[in-house]
Amino acid sequence: MQNRIEKRLELKAPVARVWRAISDSREFGTWFKVKIEGPFVAGRQAEGQITHPGYEHVRWKAVIRQIEPERLFSFTWYPYAVDPQVDYSGENPTLVEFRLEPTATGTLLTVTETGFDKVPASRRAEAFRMNDSGWAQQMKNIEAHVARGG
Amino acid sequence: MSRAAADGGAVRRRQHAAGFAALGDETRLSLVNALAGGEPRSIAQLTDGARMSRQAVSKHLRVLQHAGLVRSRRSGRENLFEFNPTPVQELCSYLERVSAQWDAVLGRLKTFVER
Repeated sequence: MQNRIEKRLELKAPVARVWRAISDSREFGTWFKVKIEGPFVAGRQAEGQITHPGYEHVRWKAVIRQIEPERLFSFTWYPYAVDPQVDYSGENPTLVEFRLEPTATGTLLTVTETGFDKVPASRRAEAFRMNDSGWAQQMKNIEAHVARGG
Repeated sequence: MSRAAADGGAVRRRQHAAGFAALGDETRLSLVNALAGGEPRSIAQLTDGARMSRQAVSKHLRVLQHAGLVRSRRSGRENLFEFNPTPVQELCSYLERVSAQWDAVLGRLKTFVER
């Protein structure tokens, strides 16, 4: 059974452009909707404040793993770690990898997230709550945004 | 939330966490596959298709039972084992949520780099 997430995306932009959007913490924060403090450094924790409406009270944290220019960017994090009252640091994080490949028309981006078998069920319950309390609305907003911006 | 409900939730969470760890093993996954059709099977039936000892099958079934993925019931002189789909459905729903989040985030990335 499926125990990982994999997304493949054709982007009409050169690899260098996509790489900058992913590996530059300020650009990353623009589309990920988090205000990250300082640059991404391999082996170091990156932190910031989520700017997504409704989640501004939430700190975003990830440990940057690999930075291989124009090829691979990866980090580990605790997905849905949105409750400030909960210390997630004792749990097993998931691994997120961004892989870039040049294509005739731009860049093929493959994003994988693995390690879900170690995410405790309490967190999954949170994901359901998030979905109930506005995730569907967020999805609609984003669809509209993407449709406008192409 | 009442104390009793909170305790019940904690027990359920522990079971689910064990469930996902249990599925990380290939042998147990194959036993789950053998039971996923919905038909209850005995240890003898499961051992036939598994190329391992009855003892080994029994050990893996205990892990799956503990995780809530498999239930057993008495039928005459033998135990029958059956698949409990609920924990697996919950993992799938969870992954769907995370997957939807990635779709949204990557949609924004696409807009960002293509503009």
